[in-house]
Amino acid sequence: MADIVLRDIEKYFGDNYVVRKLNLTIRHKEFVVLLGPSGCGKTTTLRAIAGLETIDSGDIVIEGKPVQNLQPGERDIAFVFQLFALYPHLTAYENIAFPLKATRESQEKVQERVNHIARVLRIEHLLDKRPSQLSGGDMQRVAIGRALVRRPKAMLMDEPIGALDAQLRESMRTELKRLHLENESTTVYVTHDQVEAMSLADRIAVMNEGVLQQVGTPSEVYLYPANLFVAQFVGSPVMNVVRARVARNGADATRVMLGDDAIPFDFPAELAPTLSAKVREDEELTLGIRPEGVRVALEPQPGYVPVEAHIIEPLGAYDIVDLKLGAQMLRARTPSAYVRGVGDTVFARLDPAQTHFFRTRTGESLHIRLG
Amino acid sequence: MAQLRLDRVTKKFGTHVAVNEMTLNVAHGEFFVLLGPTGAGKTTTLRLIAGLEKPDSGSIYIGGQDVRDWSAAERDVALVFQYYSLYPRYTVRQNLEFPLKSRARRLDQAEIDRRVARAAKTLRIEHLLDRKTDKLSGGEMQRVSIGRAIVREPRAFLMDEPLSNLDAKLREALRSELKDLQMKLNGTFIFVTHDQIEAMSMGDQIAVMNAGRIIQVGSPAEIYSNPRDTFVAGFVGSPTMNLLPGEVRSGGVSVLSGALKLPLPADAGNVADGPVTVGIRAEDVRIGASEAVEAHVHDVENHGVEKIVTLRVGDHLFKCTVPGITNVAIEDTVRFGWNPAKVRVFDAASGQSLSWKEPEGAASFARPAGERRAGAV
Repeated sequence: MADIVLRDIEKYFGDNYVVRKLNLTIRHKEFVVLLGPSGCGKTTTLRAIAGLETIDSGDIVIEGKPVQNLQPGERDIAFVFQLFALYPHLTAYENIAFPLKATRESQEKVQERVNHIARVLRIEHLLDKRPSQLSGGDMQRVAIGRALVRRPKAMLMDEPIGALDAQLRESMRTELKRLHLENESTTVYVTHDQVEAMSLADRIAVMNEGVLQQVGTPSEVYLYPANLFVAQFVGSPVMNVVRARVARNGADATRVMLGDDAIPFDFPAELAPTLSAKVREDEELTLGIRPEGVRVALEPQPGYVPVEAHIIEPLGAYDIVDLKLGAQMLRARTPSAYVRGVGDTVFARLDPAQTHFFRTRTGESLHIRLG
Repeated sequence: MAQLRLDRVTKKFGTHVAVNEMTLNVAHGEFFVLLGPTGAGKTTTLRLIAGLEKPDSGSIYIGGQDVRDWSAAERDVALVFQYYSLYPRYTVRQNLEFPLKSRARRLDQAEIDRRVARAAKTLRIEHLLDRKTDKLSGGEMQRVSIGRAIVREPRAFLMDEPLSNLDAKLREALRSELKDLQMKLNGTFIFVTHDQIEAMSMGDQIAVMNAGRIIQVGSPAEIYSNPRDTFVAGFVGSPTMNLLPGEVRSGGVSVLSGALKLPLPADAGNVADGPVTVGIRAEDVRIGASEAVEAHVHDVENHGVEKIVTLRVGDHLFKCTVPGITNVAIEDTVRFGWNPAKVRVFDAASGQSLSWKEPEGAASFARPAGERRAGAV
C-alpha cells in the first residue's frame, strides 16, 4: 500500500514561507496532480516527498513509515524532471535498462521489461540510438521509460512534458495515463498547466502561495471551485467574474445587478433567501460563470438581456464571443459563426446551474447551487 | 497604415533556405498571422519586412513602394518581440517617450505628450506611467513594449511571439486586448506565432508556414475546415484533425481497416481507387448507442466543458469530443459514427487535400494592392 501522507508540512527558504501547513493524502495507485502557478510551492512539495529537499516541520509518511529523515535512495521512489538526464554514451535501450542492473534480474526479464515499456512509449525503433541522435520528445520518452521500468512504488514527476511542443504534449498525456493504469504506481505529478492536470489526474490538488486551495477530482474542481483562485486557474477560457449586487425583494425572480453599470440579470426566486441565509445584506459578492454558462440568443427572448458583441474568437469547433457588460467583458462560448459581427446586439442569459457566488473579500465560494 | 507585399522572396543562411520563394499580400488594416512550427521561417520573414535582413532575391513592397534600398528606420515599421526590451531604470513614461525623442522625428513636447497619453489610455497603463519598468509584472511590461510601438504611429506592426513568455491566463487576456487594439488603431499587424489558438483567435488571415514556404493562406474558418494538406490539418485545431489511412474503392472510402465505410465527400471530385489519408475533426465524430461501429475507449481527457475521448478500433486511434457531463471510462465499449459531410480526403503520398480548391479570385495571391478584405474590421 503505497499511500503517501503529507502531514502539516512546512518549508521555509530563509524568510520565504513556501509551503504552509500542507495536509494531503495520496492514496495507493492514485494519480494526484499538484497544480498551481510558479512559486506556489508545488515543486518544493514534490522534492520534499522525493527527499531532495528537507522540511522544517511535519511528517511525510510512505506506506505507513515516516520517511522525512531517509535518504532519497531509501524511499523507493522514481523521479522524472522536466529536463531529461540521460547517459549520453549509452543507447536508449541501455538507458532504460540501467535501473534494472542493480536488481539482478535475468537478461531475458530485463529485455522483456524494456521492450514492453518501449512499446507503450512508441520508441521501439529508437532503442539502438544514443541520446544525441534523438529529438527532445524522444529523449523525454526514454527518460520516462527509465523511471518506469523499475515499476517503482511511487512515481514523482515535475513537469515532465512541459518542454515539449503542443502536439507532442497531447500524445504524451495519453501515454502517461495508459502507463499509469498499467503500472499502478502511486503518482504525484507537478504542473502549472491546468489542461494537463484536468486530463491526467484522478484528483487535483490546487496550490497558491504555499497554501493548498482545494483537492478534488477534475470534475469537482471544475464544477465546484472552492474559491475565486481555483475558479480562475482551472478552465480555459478563464471563468468570468463580475461584481454582483442582489435585489432581494423579487417575487418570481431574484434580480442580480452585474458590473459597475449594474446590468440586471434574472435568477430563480430561491436565490435571494439562499443568499440571505449565508451572508449579510452588505456583504460584497462576486458572481462567477464559465463561458459555456452564458447563453446567447440572436433574437430577444424572455429573461435575456440585450448586450453588444465585441471581439469574436473563432477557435474552430466553437467561438468565444466577448459581450460588453458596461466597461467589462463577459465571455460566452457559442457554436462557430453563431454571432456574425463585432458590434451586433445579441441577447444573453446566465444559466443559474452554472453560476457561482463568492465573497469578494475572501474569495471563498458560498457553495450556492441553483437549478 | 500600409499594405504589404512580398513577391517571391528568398532568404538563405549559408546553404539553409530559411524563406523560399515566398509571395504574400497583407491588406491595409489587416491582422495577418504567420503560423508555423519552429524553423518554418516566420521570424526571418518578419525580419526581412523590417529591414533587419536582406533578401537574396525577390522584392518587398510597403504601401506599394519597393523598399529594397530602405533602411530599417526608413521603413517605419514597429517590431515587438517576445522578450521586452525596456530601459529598466527608466519610468514607463520615459520608455514610451524614448522612440519619439529621436532628432530625426522633430516632434514637439506637446505632440509627444499627446501620443504617450493616448497609447497609455489605449493599453490601460495610465496608472503605471511614473513607475520604473523593473517594478512591473510580465504582462505590464509587454503592454509597455507594445506602447512603445504604438506611439511611433508606424506604418505597420510586426510582432514576434509577443505573448509566448506570459502565463496562460494573461495570454488569454492579452489576446483579446491585442485584437481590440488592432481594431481601434485600424492597424496593419503581422503577428508571428507557433500557437494555433493565437492564430485562430486574432487573425483576419492566417498564413500557415512550414520549412520556409507558405502552405495555405486563409481565414481561420477556411484553414480549420478545409486544410490544404495533412500538415495544416495536423497543425491547426486542438485536438488536431484525426488523420487515418483509408482506401478508395468505387466511389466510397473505407477507414479503420475496413471497419467504417463512408461515401466520398462531394467536393473531393473524382478520386482514383487506391490508398488515401482520411481526416475528420474530433467534434464530427459522434458517440451513441445507435451508431454503426464499435470501439474501445483508449483514453478520456476531462477538459471541464467537454471530454476528449480517444477511441480505438484495432490498432487505430482517433479522438472525439463529448460534453463534459458524459459518463465514459477507459476500456468502455462504445458505438460511434462519423459525420460524412465533414470527412476530408488527402492524397496518401503527397498529403494534398483532394477537397481543397484555390479560393475564388485566387485569394491573397492575386488580390489588388490596397483593397481591403471584405468584412475585416
